[in-house]
Amino acid sequence: MTAPVLSIGQQALLAALETVRDPELDEPITSLGFVTSCTVSADGDATVRLRLPTYFCAPNFAFLMVADAYDAVSALPGVRRTSVVLEDHFASDAINGGVAARAGFVRSFDGEAVEELDQLRADFLRKAVMAGTDQVCRPLLAAGTDPAALLAMTLGELPPSRALARLRERRGALGLPAGDGAPLLVDPVTGAVISPDAVPVHLRKAQITRVGIEANTGICRGMLRHRYDTPGQGETEEDQ
Amino acid sequence: MYESNGEKYFIVDAHMHYWNAAPDNWVPGAEQYAEGWIKCFHAYQGLGPPSTHWSLEHFEKYSEDDLMKDVFEDGYVDVAIFQPTYLKEWYKEGFNTTERNALMGEKHPGKFVYNTRFDPRDGDAGLEELRRNVERFGSIGCKLYTAEWNNGSRGYKLSDPAAYRFLEAAQNLGIKNVHVHKGPTIWPLDKDAFDVSDIDHCATDFPDLNFIIEHVGLPRIEDFCFMATQEPNVYAGLAVAIGGLMYARPRFFARVIGELLFWVGEDKMLFGSDYAIWEPKWQVEGFAAWESPGDVELSDYPKLTTTAKKKILGLNAANLYGIKVPDEYQLPAEAGTPGAQEVLGEPVAGA
Repeated sequence: MTAPVLSIGQQALLAALETVRDPELDEPITSLGFVTSCTVSADGDATVRLRLPTYFCAPNFAFLMVADAYDAVSALPGVRRTSVVLEDHFASDAINGGVAARAGFVRSFDGEAVEELDQLRADFLRKAVMAGTDQVCRPLLAAGTDPAALLAMTLGELPPSRALARLRERRGALGLPAGDGAPLLVDPVTGAVISPDAVPVHLRKAQITRVGIEANTGICRGMLRHRYDTPGQGETEEDQ
Repeated sequence: MYESNGEKYFIVDAHMHYWNAAPDNWVPGAEQYAEGWIKCFHAYQGLGPPSTHWSLEHFEKYSEDDLMKDVFEDGYVDVAIFQPTYLKEWYKEGFNTTERNALMGEKHPGKFVYNTRFDPRDGDAGLEELRRNVERFGSIGCKLYTAEWNNGSRGYKLSDPAAYRFLEAAQNLGIKNVHVHKGPTIWPLDKDAFDVSDIDHCATDFPDLNFIIEHVGLPRIEDFCFMATQEPNVYAGLAVAIGGLMYARPRFFARVIGELLFWVGEDKMLFGSDYAIWEPKWQVEGFAAWESPGDVELSDYPKLTTTAKKKILGLNAANLYGIKVPDEYQLPAEAGTPGAQEVLGEPVAGA
């Protein structure tokens, strides 16, 4: 498969969309194949079409992705007007209309929601922190590091990796310690260091959280492939 | 029954359906939801081996003969447990009701268990319907779909007072097993609809009911597993775990099974084909033959032994439903490997 030729404007759009993640799967919507198309006119009219693995994907997460895509694209220099459209979803109208009107989730789903989605997003960032903890700890454990020794380690002592950068970014977004001197094993809610006797269970929880997210991602990719036979913009063969 | 390598397996399919999702059953004005639902199910089937895929038309409406052949003749199943899903806002006669299941099942005595359902939002009329169904169909189990749309509401939590009223009534009527299936909507919509903490409350408050969490809590398997270690009456329904991962994503399947064996344990895992999403034949054959790839990444998981497979494929569900298992398929007493709850000696602290 050869990558389609993209204009400079489309490349900028895709780069912006790469910063938008599925909050449940903690992956960019581009590599997940959720971007059907993205174009920008000479006048700066940006149009993004998004798609999801099923007609009934959870509306709260769908709303976050559409709203985040709108924010990322409309912040680009040279973009004058932004339109983000979620296709083939039971709540397409409420989501597309709500995001376009900058109405927020509660107003977009009048009577069906009590709060905006900040808490939901934070809950899933915590899951991403747990999964990321497994990602950075697993190679250390495989190399023979004693689980108890992980407790004394700081983020700055770990070898640089994409997984580590990602973990620090997620922890930072939650206001958890993320600097070089920050402890490796912290409670994802309080930021407190894990107590020594809780380390085995903490690592087990980190592991299953990662397994859960990865299994969900696998199922979502399979469902999307069944639903649409064309790759998404910015989706590579490796992603599929 | 299934026999392989000299081992005999008694097969209980603890989660299957007999639905009509063809356009003749779509509610006018709600066609898009009826169509969206069945297409979503059909996409799940796409995660199984290509040779087992059906056309959408066949998938929407299959016959009694198809079911008997796929499940019993070809699929090795000894007893199948019907799990109804009503969805009457989208399907005129319901997607898959207790009555539809029983009308078919009564032609094949001894083959089926009829679970029923309730919806706490149906009030007194719902309680009456539950009582009638239990009496008429002899149900000792029920299936709850918390994301069902009902008269403007898009779902409920099992910890709602109305749900408790129904759980109490169900228990008094003799219901033993409550299968819970979470879906993408709930009230309020800003909360995570797949969250399983409401079941945690129910399991504590109704210790004499068994709660079988369908699809092993996916997409919240981690929350489900933490809960299952703390609640002795919580079980894992494997529908979707086997059908959706064993063929399509074998490495994730190895890890998911490993996690379940660790946290939940082989005594509390139940096979369900989710027919007609997936046929049982390839699932039973594949699961009985399945061996963990055995690399370092998977080495700290408990092993899926032949004993564990026999329990998961039928003996555990037979136990919950009082299904008689011939002696030749039984295991010696106390065979097996315990899960985390017994190993750790005390409940694992919550997340």
